[in-house]
Amino acid sequence: MLWTTMTLALREIRRHVLRSVLTVLGIVIGVAAVVTMVTLGHATSRSVQSQISGLGSNLLTILPGQGIGRGGGGVQPPPFKIEDVDAIRGQIGGATAVAPEVQATATAIRNAANWSVSINGTTDDYLAGQQWSLVSGRTFTPAEEQAGKSVCIVGNTIKTNLYPDDDPVGTTLRIGNVSCEVIGLLKLRGQSGLGGDQDNTVIMPYKTVQRRFTGNRNVQFIMVAVDPRYESAPIQNSIGRLLRERRNITASKADDFSILDTKQISDALGSATTQLTAVVTAVAAISLLVGGIGIMNIMLVSVTERTREIGIRLAIGAVAGEVLLQFLVEAVALAALGGLIGLVLAFIACFGLAIPLKLPFMWEPQINLIAFGISALIGVVFGYFPARRAASLNPIDALRHE
Amino acid sequence: MAEPLISLKGVTKRYGEGTAAFQALKGVDLDIMAGDFVAVMGPSGSGKSTTMNILGCLDVPTTGSFLFKGVHVEGLDRDQRSLLRRRYLGFVFQGFNLLARTTALENVELPLIYRGEARKKRHDMAMAALDKVGLVDWSHHTPSELSGGQQQRVAIARAIVAHPDVLLADEPTGNLDSQRSIEIMELLTGLNQTSGITVLMVTHEADMAKFARTIIHFKDGLVERTETGHRPGLELA
Ligand SMILES: Nc1ncnc2c1ncn2[C@@H]1O[C@H](COP(=O)(O)OP(=O)(O)OP(=O)(O)O)[C@@H](O)[C@H]1O
Ligand SMILES: [Mg+2]
Repeated sequence: MLWTTMTLALREIRRHVLRSVLTVLGIVIGVAAVVTMVTLGHATSRSVQSQISGLGSNLLTILPGQGIGRGGGGVQPPPFKIEDVDAIRGQIGGATAVAPEVQATATAIRNAANWSVSINGTTDDYLAGQQWSLVSGRTFTPAEEQAGKSVCIVGNTIKTNLYPDDDPVGTTLRIGNVSCEVIGLLKLRGQSGLGGDQDNTVIMPYKTVQRRFTGNRNVQFIMVAVDPRYESAPIQNSIGRLLRERRNITASKADDFSILDTKQISDALGSATTQLTAVVTAVAAISLLVGGIGIMNIMLVSVTERTREIGIRLAIGAVAGEVLLQFLVEAVALAALGGLIGLVLAFIACFGLAIPLKLPFMWEPQINLIAFGISALIGVVFGYFPARRAASLNPIDALRHE
Repeated sequence: MAEPLISLKGVTKRYGEGTAAFQALKGVDLDIMAGDFVAVMGPSGSGKSTTMNILGCLDVPTTGSFLFKGVHVEGLDRDQRSLLRRRYLGFVFQGFNLLARTTALENVELPLIYRGEARKKRHDMAMAALDKVGLVDWSHHTPSELSGGQQQRVAIARAIVAHPDVLLADEPTGNLDSQRSIEIMELLTGLNQTSGITVLMVTHEADMAKFARTIIHFKDGLVERTETGHRPGLELA
């Protein structure tokens, strides 16, 4: 009986191609839309999260002036000096590393190739604070830092562009007018959410950069790595008090420097991605609902149209249960077919969009299962329950149905 | 005298509820013997179709008793009535009621599917039924490719394919011209005579009723009178 009913159901599907295609289409669109949106949403938040973790945690960056991009007309606030760095290191507790950042840009030249790089003059503490390790070579010796030797540690992008086939460590690299011995190669950081490619950096002792590149004793930024066991806010306060004192700011005046906390930035970005995920999930739920209503419509229309068919089947001696089983098999077959096509389309869409959107490719079994399950359920419920109503009519009423 | 195949006693049928209620049958008594060819006549609205639907187990009486082969049909549930239709009854409608986009052969096979017949047997029985109505050459046509008369013959083939005891036809020629109508009547007469099927038929036309052995006249929801032996040549099969 079951077998006969299944052949009956499949025959009906084949006989009503348009109706079947429309039903399947509703499910295909519902499943494909939901799975694609949720997967891309998750991929986006994962990519944002990995960029955030690329910032390092619990790092303070101190810069002259108030905020980024402001300033303009007024008096330029005085730059920091290395004494400020030493004062912070000496007087502030709870910092694991304090390092100056003296920044410059220059062109690195090797053989015939040249490549524009950013230079960061600092100390070994910088790498410790950033938790940035080396692939090969070594960091600066205290003597090199003290003397301002022409030594450098290069980032991965420089290795890729200037040393495609060999190890930079031990070679001499010309950066601007300076011949520089490469003593280390930094580990790949990957792209960072803020401030471009971190891997296109050459790190040198700060004295070298001051002497050979910037030509003054200024320090652009001070990096402070906060011990994770300490609260960041009180440390920021004490640094603020210390710097106000050192910069002779009277009580009535505002700070002429700012302290940025990467933890604050990453928290803000983190809550933004949580919101993004929530929005995407909501949109997905709506599209599932819309898809569901589409399926429901076509099913309701077809059942109205099929009430006469149900009447005929009952009149020639079918038992209500047999008619219902046939409708159920039809609904399950269509829903399963539509669901599978939808999942395949979603897979293709996620795969195809990952590269242009610069997102990681993901396939999440959970959302695939949920979308498939819900669409199939909608298809089955809306195929089955109206049919049950029709099958409960007197055959003669079902036949009279217009 | 033998027991009647079908016996209605005091059957009433009311449609609707309350003030909108309509008493379509007001206490119908009738007996039909096995092998008879019965025509049901009467003015429009007199309850002919209502009675046929009850006899065909497509609808249930409001009150009264309906005995079929000695079984009280009014005491059966939906599924038991379905099984009764499946086993003993064939129905032909004025509007044919064939499944669209389905070949004549598949339409005729349908009752056999629900009877659980094997594919080969289904095919053979359906072809035999189509042969009886003269449509073997049209077995692979769908209803939209057949004329009205041909569609009705497919419907008759479907009604008789499972060798029912009773064939019920509600205005089977209502949608057909007179030549086609006479062909259908000859077909029904032949089935009654050669296969011994009891035929119950509603018709408005006296010309069609002439083919029957018994004529039951309805009026206002009641049986007005019954004529028997219209055609001397037509014996109780
Ligand atoms: N489903 C229904 N709901 C309400 N009233 C109905 C229904 N079916 C029939 N009736 C009413 O019952 C009465 C008898 O109807 P029935 O169809 O039995 O008449 P009939 O003798 O077959 O008429 P006709 O020759 O026009 O086919 C009619 O007045 C009709 O309006
Ligand atoms: Mg009628």
